[in-house]
Amino acid sequence: MEFNNLKFNYFMQHPAFEEVSFYQHHDDDTFNKKIKKTTILLSVITIIELGIGLLIYNIHKGEHPNDTLVLMFKGLVCILTLAKAFYIVSVFMHLGDEIRNFIMTIVVPLLLFIWFIIAFLWDGNSYKNLRNEFDKDFKVRTTPSSHHSTVVPGVKPGEAELKK
Amino acid sequence: MSTTVTTHQTKWWSGGKSPFNLEYGKVMMWYFLMSDAFTFGAFLISYGTIRFSQNFWPDPNVVFNAFPGAGHANLPLAFVSVMTFILIISSVTMVKAVHAGHKGDRQGVMKWLFWTIVGGVAFLSCQAWEWHHLITGEHAVLVNGKIEMWGQNMRHNPWGPIAEGVTFNGEHVRTPGPVAFGGYFYGITGFHGFHVFSGVIINIVMLLMTQKGVFERKGHYLMIEKAGLYWHFVDLVWVFVFLCFYLI
Repeated sequence: MEFNNLKFNYFMQHPAFEEVSFYQHHDDDTFNKKIKKTTILLSVITIIELGIGLLIYNIHKGEHPNDTLVLMFKGLVCILTLAKAFYIVSVFMHLGDEIRNFIMTIVVPLLLFIWFIIAFLWDGNSYKNLRNEFDKDFKVRTTPSSHHSTVVPGVKPGEAELKK
Repeated sequence: MSTTVTTHQTKWWSGGKSPFNLEYGKVMMWYFLMSDAFTFGAFLISYGTIRFSQNFWPDPNVVFNAFPGAGHANLPLAFVSVMTFILIISSVTMVKAVHAGHKGDRQGVMKWLFWTIVGGVAFLSCQAWEWHHLITGEHAVLVNGKIEMWGQNMRHNPWGPIAEGVTFNGEHVRTPGPVAFGGYFYGITGFHGFHVFSGVIINIVMLLMTQKGVFERKGHYLMIEKAGLYWHFVDLVWVFVFLCFYLI
């Protein structure tokens, strides 16, 4: 252990590369505590996400699914995922420990995603609306009916019974 | 170490020192990962565009509800949560390996790298089982008034809207779903799986180099840090794949 600490100090005082002027690594205790905390945080967020996923499943199964509620839960899962991504990048990848200028060269280009996501989802949605308006066959063919099926037992492959 | 900052601060941009206080290779690894993030982002956003252009999209809880050894039990989200936890834990062991490298602890690096490789292989095995199950599974689908047995592949999607008033062996029958589902699912999870596979290979090479004492002779374990960045990125991408395909 003592040997390790000596080595640790050596590594900190004599960086292997000239262009690296200082190291910012934590000592063992701080490090272990931080990693443990982040691991628990990531696990808890994942479990909450799974819970919401099952909740959405049960809302879908119901007689009249509440679309607004489902959308709200999906939005919540998206926010939780962003929180997870933040902790992975900032703690596990140590981006939070780098100097500000470097963080900015990574984060600022990623802002392009804001436009990217909005523009392309908007485009997909507008294509759907246009098709539903001008291609009635598409609308009839792809829109699920809200009725539930009635049980007709004993149908074999190739001879399905259709009932109106 | 903050005391040493002031002495170099004024000279950072005049040469000799990295303005980012980082080694060149690590900076370039970050920029590679950023470009890779845009590749994955483009794939996932394209999937979102197609999904938004459809009136119906299969509920992931209906598609992904199987668990190895559980037969036909309906267990939505169970198996994918196992995969997610495997990847989170393997990310933690990688952090430990990088930390051991900072201290110049060769045995520690080897131990934690080994467990990271085990995690990666476990994840890939899970994915292989999941793909196999989806491709070979048979589901009754009503096609032009006849029932056909379909698996989930690139040409067929058996998870369309429920066919009204039709049953097969006592269970409801679905109509064909959007074909793009298979292509996007196999394409994106496959591309991610390929990243995991590359990561496992890189980690094995790192383990062998550590074992041979290459980094000890160099006097630093910065290579392990770069491999670590790549491995965490793979975990990061899975967080978003998990969100887009399994949760929403």
